[in-house]
Amino acid sequence: MIDKKELENIKKTKSEWEKNCYTPHVKKHAERRKKFENLSWNEIKNLYTPEDIAHIDYIKDIGFPGLYPFLRGIHPNLHRGRLWTFRQFSGFGSAEETNQRYKYLLEHGETGLSVAFDYPTLYGYDTDHPMSRGEFGKCGVAISSLQDMEILFKDIQIDKVTTSMTINGPAAIVWGFYIANAENRGINRRIIGGTIQNDILKEYIAQKSFIFPPEPSMRLIVDTFEFGYKEIPRWNTISISGYHIREAGSTAVQELAFTVGDGIEYVKWAMKRGLKIDDFAPRLSFFFNAHNDFFEEIAKYRAARRIWAKELHKLGAKKSRSLLMRFHTQTAGVSLTAQQPDINITRVTLQALAAVLGGTQSLHTNSMDEALALPSEKAVRIALRTQQIIAEESGVTSTVDPLGGSYYIEWLTDKMEEETYQYWDRVEKLGGVIPAIEKGFYQREIANAAYKYQKEVEEKKRIVVGVNDYQMDEPLDIPILKMDEKGEERQINRLKKFRKDRNKQKYERAIKALRYAAEGNENLMPYILDCVHSYATLGETCQVLRDVFEEYEEPAIY
Amino acid sequence: MEKKIRVLVAKPGLDGHDRGAKVVARALRDAGMEVIYTGLHQTAEMVVETAIQEDVDVVGLSLLSGAHMTLFVDVARLMKKKGLDDVLLVGGGIIPEEDISKLHKEGIAGVFGPGTPCEDIVKFIKENVKK
Repeated sequence: MIDKKELENIKKTKSEWEKNCYTPHVKKHAERRKKFENLSWNEIKNLYTPEDIAHIDYIKDIGFPGLYPFLRGIHPNLHRGRLWTFRQFSGFGSAEETNQRYKYLLEHGETGLSVAFDYPTLYGYDTDHPMSRGEFGKCGVAISSLQDMEILFKDIQIDKVTTSMTINGPAAIVWGFYIANAENRGINRRIIGGTIQNDILKEYIAQKSFIFPPEPSMRLIVDTFEFGYKEIPRWNTISISGYHIREAGSTAVQELAFTVGDGIEYVKWAMKRGLKIDDFAPRLSFFFNAHNDFFEEIAKYRAARRIWAKELHKLGAKKSRSLLMRFHTQTAGVSLTAQQPDINITRVTLQALAAVLGGTQSLHTNSMDEALALPSEKAVRIALRTQQIIAEESGVTSTVDPLGGSYYIEWLTDKMEEETYQYWDRVEKLGGVIPAIEKGFYQREIANAAYKYQKEVEEKKRIVVGVNDYQMDEPLDIPILKMDEKGEERQINRLKKFRKDRNKQKYERAIKALRYAAEGNENLMPYILDCVHSYATLGETCQVLRDVFEEYEEPAIY
Repeated sequence: MEKKIRVLVAKPGLDGHDRGAKVVARALRDAGMEVIYTGLHQTAEMVVETAIQEDVDVVGLSLLSGAHMTLFVDVARLMKKKGLDDVLLVGGGIIPEEDISKLHKEGIAGVFGPGTPCEDIVKFIKENVKK
């Protein structure tokens, strides 16, 4: 905390500066806007000084990297030691095509894999299910069976590289495919590393690829927590995600508040089951968006780390490792423009820089063509190179949390933390996270923010370069990724053969056992793994759970 | 008083990205139209059935996933089959340039990509509504 006398002195000098310097200047040269606001509609002042952070106690509130409350970073030396993982979210068409893309990315210096699944997979349907119509391989790769998973990772060293899988409703089953594939290749399950997203709360809130209602979904997630720390200790059994909340239109503050709030909800459910917080908390991980407002994003990551450490401490966590918020970041897909797509490279660079300055552990940079289609090879290579330039050339990795202590950043970090707690009070009044989802609270908050933002863009209160200003009439000259047209047919034939060739009795026994276990309250992971090893497909396994748990339907509000 | 334009905003298929659909639904409502939103996970049959039940003037489809060449076309063909020739069909989403003319040919009269101002959609509907 700053010395009282010095603070008085600063206040006095500042008011003189305002009177004699700033105000006369602004009278002569009017400012561009009456009010400057960030993307959460917080008003930003012309200048921040020690006065704005006079309440801060450096040791207690900011501290040192690697020490509680971890505001400055989770490791003592952050990116001076290990760089963040270059992890490009990727997947399209069939397992064969995506396998080629992974090899291409690894060849070009990617250091971690991240699987994008297509919609049928995300909903636990096999490629040949009627609801899968038109969606094969469109938004990601189609994985219906253990065999597809084997092809996806063929000739990739999954004992060395870590894999993140964006899968939620059927996460336990797809994780089962990954584990079984490793084991069939002779790799001990205790050494494989990676992440399953497995965050159902944000599916109800924003991303909407849910299958089951909240209660059984939470049960499945706690099952993976328990199985994970006992059996697959290097695996992050959840990636609590703000990314999709933000993409759906939330502000940065909402992203922060809702995501960290979801995290605490998972901890409470696991503790209710009787798991010990220090057993499972070290394997919880997070995933945030990197959007346009540079400083706001940096403040968001810093605030998230501090809030998480404080709250886990309150919940009784003792191990330092339990208090650490480790997170992946992806640049904001929603900020990409279809107009003048090349300029997206610049947007992505700024967003990625914010993520790095905010202390991310892992990063995906979007490709310039993603407002038009899935990325081409060239576009994704440029996106990867953007990370490499930040890492190797910019110098920002030489010191930890270089913006720490900035009057503006620290003020904003505190402000975002304060607003997070205000949101939590509102959620609490609605009965907690799940009741708030069922009442449509989050969904409405996000839709309101999305609409308000859109109106401001249309009224030109906010400028989007190339969209509502600096436009050009130019023919689009971007090569669009073409997928193998035979992929779907090949996949369906393979799936049919897979079902035909398996040991029918073994399969039926495993499916029956899973159904029985799902009706009771045992941990389902061993049963799911039995199904996987008995060559049950994703759709077949998921259907058992659909039968027992039923499906969730959300209220259609806009 | 002039009859309000009735619009069905629909999300066909499995795609859960509903930001665009919701923003457009509100913009149409604010422009004085009556808007019915189907919610997620609609089959072509469900969309067309709702369009008939609600006696709408316009059907607006929204899809980010890239499955528009199948799912938009399914709706367009089924609408024709059911004789909804006087219902204006439009759609929006992540749609590459080369698909737009193909969608026009199938009867999706307006196709709107990322960055389209809502007022353009309002204007298009007002100028092209058939009933």
